[in-house]
Amino acid sequence: MGYVAVKGGSDAIAASLAAVERKRLERGLTLDLARIQAGLRPLLDQVMSEASLVDEQAAALAVKQAQGSPEEAVFFLRAHRSTLPRLHTTATLDTASMLLERRISATFKDVPGGQILGASVDYLHRLLRFELMNETDADAAHAAASILPTEAAPSPADLTAPRVSDVLRREGLLPDVPPDPTEPADVTTMSLSIPAPRSARLQVLTRGQTGTVTSLGYASLRGYGPMLHPTVGELRVGWLPVEVADPMADSDDEDERYHVGHVQATEVETFVPVHETSADGQDRLRFDIGYGFCFGQNETKAIAMSLLDRTLETPGAAAVHDEEFVLLHVDSVESSGFISHLKLPHYVTFQSELQAVRDTQREREGDAS
Amino acid sequence: MKHPFAFLDEGSKREIRRAAFKAVCIPGYQVPFASREMPIARGWGTGGLQLTLALIGPQDTLKVIDQGTDESVNAVNIRRLVHATTGVQTTHHTADATLIQSRHRVPDRPLSAKQILVLQVPIPEPLRRVEPREHVTRKRHAEADYTAAYLALFERVLKYGSASAGADHPVMVAGRHVMAPSPIPRLDNEKLHRAEHLTLLGAGREKKIYAVPPHTEVHSLAFDDVPFEVESFGDQACSTCGTTGVFLDEFDDGDGGTLYRCNDTSECLARLNAQGAPL
Repeated sequence: MGYVAVKGGSDAIAASLAAVERKRLERGLTLDLARIQAGLRPLLDQVMSEASLVDEQAAALAVKQAQGSPEEAVFFLRAHRSTLPRLHTTATLDTASMLLERRISATFKDVPGGQILGASVDYLHRLLRFELMNETDADAAHAAASILPTEAAPSPADLTAPRVSDVLRREGLLPDVPPDPTEPADVTTMSLSIPAPRSARLQVLTRGQTGTVTSLGYASLRGYGPMLHPTVGELRVGWLPVEVADPMADSDDEDERYHVGHVQATEVETFVPVHETSADGQDRLRFDIGYGFCFGQNETKAIAMSLLDRTLETPGAAAVHDEEFVLLHVDSVESSGFISHLKLPHYVTFQSELQAVRDTQREREGDAS
Repeated sequence: MKHPFAFLDEGSKREIRRAAFKAVCIPGYQVPFASREMPIARGWGTGGLQLTLALIGPQDTLKVIDQGTDESVNAVNIRRLVHATTGVQTTHHTADATLIQSRHRVPDRPLSAKQILVLQVPIPEPLRRVEPREHVTRKRHAEADYTAAYLALFERVLKYGSASAGADHPVMVAGRHVMAPSPIPRLDNEKLHRAEHLTLLGAGREKKIYAVPPHTEVHSLAFDDVPFEVESFGDQACSTCGTTGVFLDEFDDGDGGTLYRCNDTSECLARLNAQGAPL
């Protein structure tokens, strides 16, 4: 019998993982998926949006395993997505047919279709409600019974409304844009090349880390960007019917499509004033539209995304106009992964650098003497 | 619900293999691919892992090393994942492996034509240090314009008197593409030159796959009058097996002195056993 390898690494990892599991369970309490789905909706929405996978149950499991860390939960869901074959592509979603839960416009008080405040925390006082510290399921059921809409009230889910931008277009206030039938890019099946088509940019932004997209959007407003105050033409939150063409049919007949369910989404159109100099040297102002779309209710992110959509469409010196800067750095899995890899051993590279440093120092000392 | 064999769905594996084929056809050229999200973090070897999972079959024997060691925590972790999702045999012995995934080292023992080496790559673009924009570096490669790469080396010579800058020293592959060999020590660059084995390099976060096929010319960038130099450990030998001329790790001997040991631990062990180990 000869020498055998030390199993140090294997043992250390096993012990470390056991410690993680013990920390998760040591208080003898576990998180029920139903409770996560019931009580952590904004977190699930954020995670599904960044993961680009709408599966509430899988997202709840990811949140449970991640112990509430959005970064980790997105990581779990993205990895899960890599195991799933792509079976179908849905028919193009028409967001004008969105069943609205909420729809506001900052442009006109009297917007066609009406302002629907829906469920929003915009006007919530952020005061800790200490009475909730001991809230029981019975309390929750009792309180909910007094809040839920009665049968007489209209269900908001039946509502649709024309897009504000379509109304303005009909009045000639926004330029008419013909639909672009080009097949959109898919950055998950093809590697992103720069300059990227707008569809790829929008896809990267909608998958972007909420905080990063928000911060970059904020920077563009505050001073590192065009600094033109945009107006939220429309923000809508609601449910979109998802349909898939009959895979056996020769042509995509709308009546032959299969309805596979609804997804909740947030859609934003911001109107951005743009200076324009016409051929005769006249300065003019017109509106351009910035577009934001996220799965779930993610309003800040969707608005920030619409700002970045605009800045990426226009040239400028600030970083928010730079496609590579924005698109290659907003992904949660990529940024957190590369930052955290700095914790990995770098013995070999460091040894090699150490050698180079010592050599040059020796050489310099040699030069001096 | 069960995870598929080798984790990835078959469509993804096929795409990764196609990218690898293209990479073999154009040695040193970075083939873009739609990198999948993996159950380990980006930057922790997901490019190498995707290649490994796309290539591996039930008959393969896998070896995973990180920083020269099979027992480095990240090597253990990757080996655990591949084993858990495939059930293939794993080994520490370089000679027994059909597939070797490695971070930052080419094994000391020369590999055979029946072995594939998969290297994990953090930054696949050798021109990135001199040009941050991807669309510009792609153009430079297309036009074989490597002025900036040589200029960076020249500046190094001026500043520090040597063209050798640590690990990941750029190489010219098949006389056409300048390539980042991944952060392997300069000593390992030479092991890629006219090798018997295929080397595949995968960068998961940067979404690139590239290759050095067997018997390909690989030359480290240098100048005629300032030649390329590998790391030198002087006359230091491994304090365990006594070998010289290999990449060594430095250890504190506890008395203010320095001890050296082979960085490639499984090879060190093999040499030790070949010498006739006690017991």
